[in-house]
Amino acid sequence: MTATDTRPGGQEILLETVSKVWGAHKAVDDLSIRVPAGTFTVLLGPSGCGKSTTLRMIAGLESADAGRILIGGRDVTHLPAAERNLAMVFQSYALFPHLDVAENIVFGLKVRRMARDEREARLKRVAELLGLSALLDRKPSQLSGGQQQRVALGRAIIAERPVCLMDEPLSNLDAKLRHEMRVEIRALQKKLGFTMVYVTHDQVEAITMADQVVLLNGGRLEQASDPRALYQRPETPFAARFIGVPPMNVLPGALLAHVDADLAAHKVGLRPEALTLAAAGPLAARVTSLEYLGADMLIDCAANGATFTVRLPGDHDIATGTEIRLGFAPQDLHVFDGTAGHRRDDLAMAAGARLAG
Amino acid sequence: MLIRSREWVHAWLLLLPALFFLFAFTHVPAVMTLWNSFYSTPRGRRPARFIGIENYERMIGDPVFWKVLGNNLWFALGTIPTSIAIAIAMALWVNDRLAGRGFVRMAYFTPTVLPLIAVANIWLFFYTPGFGLIDQAASTLFGWPQTNWLGDPATALNAVIVVTVWKEAGFFMIFYLAALQAIPPSLVEAAKIEGAGRWTIFWRITFPLMMPTTLFVSINAVINSFRLVDHIFILTNGGPDNASSLLLFYIYETAFKYWETGYGATLTVAMLAILCALAIGQFFFFDRRVHYK
Ligand SMILES: Nc1ncnc2c1ncn2[C@@H]1O[C@H](COP(=O)(O)OP(=O)(O)OP(=O)(O)O)[C@@H](O)[C@H]1O
Ligand SMILES: [Mg+2]
Repeated sequence: MTATDTRPGGQEILLETVSKVWGAHKAVDDLSIRVPAGTFTVLLGPSGCGKSTTLRMIAGLESADAGRILIGGRDVTHLPAAERNLAMVFQSYALFPHLDVAENIVFGLKVRRMARDEREARLKRVAELLGLSALLDRKPSQLSGGQQQRVALGRAIIAERPVCLMDEPLSNLDAKLRHEMRVEIRALQKKLGFTMVYVTHDQVEAITMADQVVLLNGGRLEQASDPRALYQRPETPFAARFIGVPPMNVLPGALLAHVDADLAAHKVGLRPEALTLAAAGPLAARVTSLEYLGADMLIDCAANGATFTVRLPGDHDIATGTEIRLGFAPQDLHVFDGTAGHRRDDLAMAAGARLAG
Repeated sequence: MLIRSREWVHAWLLLLPALFFLFAFTHVPAVMTLWNSFYSTPRGRRPARFIGIENYERMIGDPVFWKVLGNNLWFALGTIPTSIAIAIAMALWVNDRLAGRGFVRMAYFTPTVLPLIAVANIWLFFYTPGFGLIDQAASTLFGWPQTNWLGDPATALNAVIVVTVWKEAGFFMIFYLAALQAIPPSLVEAAKIEGAGRWTIFWRITFPLMMPTTLFVSINAVINSFRLVDHIFILTNGGPDNASSLLLFYIYETAFKYWETGYGATLTVAMLAILCALAIGQFFFFDRRVHYK
């Protein structure tokens, strides 16, 4: 049997104006998302923004207070978790401590009364895929964190469900293991072709794994797009500052009013790595502090009361207190509307043209 | 070296008060009981004399001993599984999110707080032939004739069993409630996602994870089935014809009603031996099935 034979194929997930209210607090507020079939979508956002709540509503572990949830075109809003035909990996792994690894993995198959031969065959395949073959009769307490993680993954993929949900599955692992598992999970998802919804608050995880990143803030959708677009064309100052280390500098447009008077009422965004030293650059600033990082250095600057960070490659002979001038490529200028907050490409284009000209 | 021995002295001084009472009221009497079981009962000017295993021979030949032992077995079988099952059911029920949960929990726990003597007196009224609660209900609902539940050898022990279950289930419920709350909710959620229904979740997840509690509760229940006899004094006094007498009740009667202290000691040794055997047996029986975290 080849891998392509076992592809469960994904199902599309659709959230239509879904809300969840705890008392007076709106944990999820009028959220609409489309997760295309077979893709890897990451729910990203700061702590408490409603990622887990959203995921649990998709899973059926939490009921939606408003809106509809569709999986594969079927309205599942009022179906219990057991009938939604999906798999889930919990942050704590939620392995059954009294069952051994094999029993943990085939739990769902047994519950659904799959024939023994088929069950054993699948178990063998999954154990080989995840490198668990030697551990099948251990109890979860006798496994390392990474191995437990694999068992949880095994339990999720063995039933070959069309949808898999994961809530911060890597947050208990060390940095190296996290990197390995990231690659592994992504490869697994591509190979088996299921639809993945993955929760994290780690932007590196989001950027490296996702086909689509759904950025949440305070229960509301901030931006949903592929990772490149999220970095290159953030829709809001929040999205701009959430992705990228150090975060994008979002500054009052008045700083660049001498370039284009239209900017004065808006906000401009410049990534630290987009700024360069330029004797005739449009931005004059004074260096307030320096941080040497080896491959590059971070320079904190102040200009007209605004502070921002510049990231320069290599080593530069700059002292604190010096006056410098900075420039940037026209396409690296982001402009956000002063009142509504959304992206203003028209203003950025115009200002860019003046800079270039 | 000196400091070491000083620490030892302190340690023993601190332990001494507890040890004194433990020995005075537990260990010494236990050994004395074993000792006395090999002696005759002193009467008047006739002191106790060593008679070897004569008391034990008497016990083997005593039909009342076998009768109360049988009663005790039936009593244990009647109370333990039932009270554990009811305790689990109540714990599951009050662990759910239901309105007035605190009140229901308190209601279930009330029988435990009441003294057994008081409970027995309440039930004495329930069982009263003719106008007791049970007879009234039975006659209006099913038209049954008046029954003397406590006075009939066929029903006396069962009537006592019902009172015991009613009294104990609420106590065991507390342990199961604690066990249920110690199970991470994500385990149940994971099982739900895997397609398990309530029944499967209970038998494959909840119940196995509560095994340590079941072991603890069942050992306590076994000990209680030999230990709890207070209500028998009120309800039946062991009668009719020893139909509801239990081993400890028989020991009490022998030792303190008929003042046959030698034979009483022998019966006590027999009871202790049975209890030890049961407790050890339970540990081995459950050992393979109990998952300790
Ligand atoms: N059972 C609950 N009862 C009341 N409020 C809740 C409950 N669960 C979550 N909340 C609230 O809903 C909001 C969103 O919670 P959620 O768990 O979805 O956050 P999250 O994005 O997953 O955060 P984290 O990254 O810290 O896990 C939070 O403000 C939280 O306090
Ligand atoms: Mg969360």
